[in-house]
Amino acid sequence: MIRFESVTKRYPDGTVAVDELTLEAPSREITVLVGPSGCGKTTSLRMINRMIEPTSGRIMLDDRDTAAVKPSDLRRGMGYVIQHAGLFPHRTILDNVATVPLLLGQDKKQARARAAELLERVGLDPAFAKRYPAQLSGGQQQRVGVARALAADPPVMLMDEPFSAVDPVVREQLQDEFLRLQHDLGKTIVFVTHDIDEAIKLGDKVAVLRVGGKLAQFAPPAELLSRPADPFVAGFVGRDRGYRALGFAEAGQLPLNDEKTVPLGDKVRAAKDIAQDDWTLVVDADTKPQGWLAVGRLPDRALDAEITPDLLNLGGTLASESGTLRAALDAALSSPSGRGVIVHDDGRYAGTVTASRVLARIEERAAKVRADAVHAAGGEHRDVAPDGIGGGR
Amino acid sequence: MGDAWNYFFDHRAEIQDWTGTTLWLAVLPVAIGLVLSLPVGWLAYRYRWSYPPIISGAGLLYTIPSLVLFVSLPGLLGTKILDPINVAVALTVYTFALLVRIVADGLLSVAPATLDAAAAMGYTTFQRLVKVQLPIAVPVIGAGLRVAAVSNVSLISVASAIGVTQLGNLFVEGFRQGRTPPTIVGLVLFIVIAVVFDAAILLGIRLLTPWRRAVAAR
Amino acid sequence: MKMSVVAGGNGLPGLDRVPIWFNDPSNWWGPDGLVVRTREHLLYTGTVVLVAALIALPLGLLVGHTGRGVFVLVGLANGLRAVPTLGLLILLAVWISDHLQTKTDIPYFIRAGGLPYFIAALIVLVLLALPPILTNTYAGVQNVDPAARDAARGMGMTGFQVLRKVEFPCALPLIMSGLRSATLQVIATVAVAAYLPFLGGLGRFIIDGSQVILDLKYGYPAMLAAGITVALLAVLADAALSLVQRYVVSPGLSGRNSKRSARRQIAILDAEAQLADA
Repeated sequence: MIRFESVTKRYPDGTVAVDELTLEAPSREITVLVGPSGCGKTTSLRMINRMIEPTSGRIMLDDRDTAAVKPSDLRRGMGYVIQHAGLFPHRTILDNVATVPLLLGQDKKQARARAAELLERVGLDPAFAKRYPAQLSGGQQQRVGVARALAADPPVMLMDEPFSAVDPVVREQLQDEFLRLQHDLGKTIVFVTHDIDEAIKLGDKVAVLRVGGKLAQFAPPAELLSRPADPFVAGFVGRDRGYRALGFAEAGQLPLNDEKTVPLGDKVRAAKDIAQDDWTLVVDADTKPQGWLAVGRLPDRALDAEITPDLLNLGGTLASESGTLRAALDAALSSPSGRGVIVHDDGRYAGTVTASRVLARIEERAAKVRADAVHAAGGEHRDVAPDGIGGGR
Repeated sequence: MGDAWNYFFDHRAEIQDWTGTTLWLAVLPVAIGLVLSLPVGWLAYRYRWSYPPIISGAGLLYTIPSLVLFVSLPGLLGTKILDPINVAVALTVYTFALLVRIVADGLLSVAPATLDAAAAMGYTTFQRLVKVQLPIAVPVIGAGLRVAAVSNVSLISVASAIGVTQLGNLFVEGFRQGRTPPTIVGLVLFIVIAVVFDAAILLGIRLLTPWRRAVAAR
Repeated sequence: MKMSVVAGGNGLPGLDRVPIWFNDPSNWWGPDGLVVRTREHLLYTGTVVLVAALIALPLGLLVGHTGRGVFVLVGLANGLRAVPTLGLLILLAVWISDHLQTKTDIPYFIRAGGLPYFIAALIVLVLLALPPILTNTYAGVQNVDPAARDAARGMGMTGFQVLRKVEFPCALPLIMSGLRSATLQVIATVAVAAYLPFLGGLGRFIIDGSQVILDLKYGYPAMLAAGITVALLAVLADAALSLVQRYVVSPGLSGRNSKRSARRQIAILDAEAQLADA
């Protein structure tokens, strides 16, 4: 756990970069520091590993004062990932990753073997090990940066806008892989970004800082979206808050239509026969959805053709049954037939759902949330009835 | 110190003569070297295939030791060995060799984005060179020019080792007589010339790059 | 270009005398022959560059790493460049030989009686070799990717470790370039140092030759021959050092992209320009 206790950073010319920051980043979770330029998020991060020294206050690392440990020792126990990776241009990728273990005195062979493992873990071809940073793309360099930070298996990771310098497609990939990695490793992570969407996507808890280094709100992302603490946070979090909040609501047990599907390779006629309207869902041999077939106004001669992928409409997105209401709603909205395709976790077809069904569920849930808020505001403590209104969040 | 002053006053006439020679040996080669290096440096920049041979060639020229050049030029040019023109030619060669690379690299260093913007605004290639690249490259070329100028001034005295007449004669006299005053006078004068020359070039750079002063003043 | 034969327009023996000079074995061997003088020349150069590197490398690294003392460093480097070598040489020679008379000799380096002059030459040559090594080393360290430096500190390297493991290796291309520059300067100026008596090196032929310029064995032909040898030495030394550079510098740093090496050269000059500007 990392705890800031009234930490302040004031510079000799009077600027206050961080103002009495107090928060606790829980162990094994991702805590994101987010805010506009000049809000002190990077300064705060760099005070954790004492790249910058606080003017007052202290930072506790699992009940040890960071000021009491020698800086280089402190840093060897923390992974540090920065915006432009900062790889050593004069060393091979493998040696870059092996840096901290070697610093700690590990055997060279062991360190290199571990480095190779990590490179695979972050999704890099082993062929990259012998190359030099200048030969890698920005996204690849960032992955190496992450691998390097993980090499000594530190319990803590400090990350300063690690995904900001790459293009949006690569950034999304890196974010998804990062979440997967964290799911496997469970590190205590403090992550700095200026992008509120990234903060909401990655953070278990998010700290919004305002210019001048003051903490505006520290809460889980869902709460940030549904209950911003003040106009600044509301403005910073941005529009579409209601819609984005759906990304945190589990779809739960949505009532699904078990509509009939048709496999690839069958005749179009079969699809038309089972169709309840103009569209039929087509699946593959593993019952994984492939797309919708328009059977509404087909001439007779087309009915004898085989169903092939190029005949299909690929418009709708797929939502997992264990996914979010947002995904389910999007599946329904984007589907050409108006029915969203829901799949099991392994990708096999589970059923379809209409937008109105999803909306009904959304409204149910919203009603529960409002009732909870009323009770909380009223300060009444009621016992929670198992299936009652208070049993929600 | 007093001895040095006395020596200076006693030999004012000769010193004045020698100073004259030294001054044109300092200034002329640098000027000509600069003028020659601009088109050649531009060539190396403009035609990428010519960059390696031109730069290597310049490097090779710069490698030739000064004394060697002073000595060989009479044989090559047919001049008399004691003629200061040998020194002038040698120093021109050095200035040229040093600056060619700097001009080429200076032009290369202008950000492509800046050039693109200039082209998009309708500047012709020549206009981009003269109005955008050269002005931006002036500080770097100017810095190289200062290095060339100062090094050249100190090289002039070397020619005294083979008898060419200029202020370096003071050193020769000092050694011959085994006394320090002439040597000190010579050192002071050379250093003064070098400093003044350097300052003059610096002033020129400042005048040509008014935007840098604005930035520094922020 | 006139190729004068025996007595050309300038009265000097012609260029055709040079091959003749080289073909005469008595010019090569013996205590004052080409071989001995070349060996002395190389020894002097090696010693000077070594001493200068021992002084300038740590200084340059320190200033580059801490960022302090830059003014002093650049000022020093610029100032040293302005000093006329012959003048300083003579000043020191006169002063030292006044205070130190000795008959000692150092085998291979200097003959009996020459020690004061040798010391003077050593001092001046080292002073000459300092600026290129100093400025290049400083610029080299300055040019290291700041992200790499930040990452190195953030990973827990001590200041000294950052210098040794990251800054120094990344600065090597420029450091080597500085060493090469210095070596060329020294090779050139060792020839000038022969102005002082007793000093060896190829400059001996040149200086002595200028006194008997019309002599076919010891005069202008010898001067030219020695000059060519010095020039050859310079070219070979530079080539040798560039080979060393290729071995010593990490392949990850080789600025094959000439924009990068252009930027490096600019970096040195810019550093001086900016600071001298202030």
